[in-house]
Amino acid sequence: MPGYRRGAFVRSTALRLSSLLERGIQAEELARQPGFLQGLDPKAKIIGLLSLTASAAWTRHLMVFAFLMALALILAAASRIPLKVLAGRVWAGVLLVTGVVALPAVFLVPGDILYRLPVLHWPVTSQGISAAVFLIARVATATTFSALLIFTTPWTHVLKGLRVLRVPVVLIVILSMTYRYIVLLLQTAYEMFEARQSRMVGRMDAGQRRRMVAATAGALLSKTLFLSEEVYFAMRSRGYQGDVYVMQEFRLRPYDWLAMSALTATAAAVAWVG
Amino acid sequence: MHIPDGYLSPSTCAALYAGAGPFWYVALKKVRRLLHTRFVPLLSLFAAFSFVLMMFNIPLPGGTTGHAAGIGIAAIVLGPWGSILALSVALTIQAIFFGDGGITAIGANCFNMAVAGPLVATGVYRAIAGRAALVSRRRVIAAGLAGYAGINAAAVLTALEFGIQPLLFHDASGAPLYAPYPLHIALPAMMLGHLTVAGFAEMFVAAGLVVYIQRTDPSLLRLTAPKASPASRGGVIAASGHSRRALWAALAVLMVLTPLGTLAVGTAWGEWGAAAFADPSARQEIAAVSRNQAPPEIAPAGLQRLSSLWTAPFPAYAPPLLKSQSFGYFMCSMLGVGLVMLSFWLLGWMTGRLTS
Repeated sequence: MPGYRRGAFVRSTALRLSSLLERGIQAEELARQPGFLQGLDPKAKIIGLLSLTASAAWTRHLMVFAFLMALALILAAASRIPLKVLAGRVWAGVLLVTGVVALPAVFLVPGDILYRLPVLHWPVTSQGISAAVFLIARVATATTFSALLIFTTPWTHVLKGLRVLRVPVVLIVILSMTYRYIVLLLQTAYEMFEARQSRMVGRMDAGQRRRMVAATAGALLSKTLFLSEEVYFAMRSRGYQGDVYVMQEFRLRPYDWLAMSALTATAAAVAWVG
Repeated sequence: MHIPDGYLSPSTCAALYAGAGPFWYVALKKVRRLLHTRFVPLLSLFAAFSFVLMMFNIPLPGGTTGHAAGIGIAAIVLGPWGSILALSVALTIQAIFFGDGGITAIGANCFNMAVAGPLVATGVYRAIAGRAALVSRRRVIAAGLAGYAGINAAAVLTALEFGIQPLLFHDASGAPLYAPYPLHIALPAMMLGHLTVAGFAEMFVAAGLVVYIQRTDPSLLRLTAPKASPASRGGVIAASGHSRRALWAALAVLMVLTPLGTLAVGTAWGEWGAAAFADPSARQEIAAVSRNQAPPEIAPAGLQRLSSLWTAPFPAYAPPLLKSQSFGYFMCSMLGVGLVMLSFWLLGWMTGRLTS
């Protein structure tokens, strides 16, 4: 198959799986270090940061985007989230994906023509530029607030904090178990691809690669269902009868109330400005 | 296809949360009743599997690779309601913990990929697989097409959601505030990638996994095929040679009867060519069958532009080399049936190559 050196296809899938694991571990490490947002109760943080994310989706003024982004940077600095992490994990992706999506809007959105490209004669419209800038600014700001939530909250805390959004307990338990087994299955899949790669001596054609992926996915499905039975029996052996209870460990302190009020008030002000 | 934060307006996000809500509620009730105590571990583990499956690079014809969303296989193994929950959980975790897809757009992503996708995939799978045996090849083809239809249904919805944004949300100067492209750009742009790359990735994953399940534990397919016959590979069609012969005989009779089409006069309503708008007798005919509504003076611009894109080798079922119109009809029916059979044979061969 052109474009694939020996084992490169298997390696690329294994690398994709391991980089996802690394991302998860990095987010957990950042969430456990001391900092402003890390010190807040997860309920206060979820409400505050989700309000700001929603306000970024709401606003229609570029100055407000600039204000929200400045606020996100201040929160990141106070929470010791390195700028290079935000740049590498958030902004680079936004520019790469949303930038590519937004660029044609400069030419495709009809409106007042500011300039025509030489040779191609494509019109650059002021409405097109506005649309592209709006989209990139909005996505960058909203994604930064979402990332702050991910980087400053251990996943167990996020899940317990979701109770405040009235998410049913059973769904929170499923989310929690899913996350826990995602890590295990990612590791298993990574090892399966690595084991395969270590035994490969020649090139695989496209059909062989498809069969290999189908067989790996099938084996992983078998393991998943076997594991599901084992987990079920383990739960039964501990007295599980279908009802789920979670321990409520968090209680809002005055400090949390203050921070949550400040963040939501800012979001409300942004929504009011429009 | 995961919609990030900022592409959809807050009201669209809210509407899609509200749209997905009833499905989540019903799915939770139904699946919990069905699985009882096994519900939590099975759903959790399958959601985790769907998540990991989305990370696999799927090699596709032409040298490219794609990623599947696991819509088809989830719908086939867990059924529509179970797959709604499992995929919703997987998408929520992607958004909350890995930043793949926006938090404000979780409702939209779930509505598209975890509600509409599995429902369409289940419908297609059940319609094509029918009562075929659990280990039949027909189920493999049904699974592949179900995956393909499921992901493309999700893509159409995503494109529609993008496409209505500039129409509904723009500033005073007309600049779009969210996704900037109208439907006529968003729809083809989204579908191009999904009808080709992502659709085929989903097709290969669903078909390949069904073959794997057929070989290892076919009972996993029982949930969505409670009435499947216990026959061996080949399913109901192979199990019943008599009914297959009857189908062949009926097909032959229909092919022999195709010249009856020459008895019909005029052109089928709405199948007029661009030239018919300039021809007085054709105009009269169009008006007569359209409640005396006169057609436009000139053919619509779109019709004129697109009608020259493709010229059929046998226009009006009348190959120029044949003198008899009836014989032309018969030959064209043979050719058409042959092409359909060849397409299905190729599809079966490709599926067999994929899964053998």
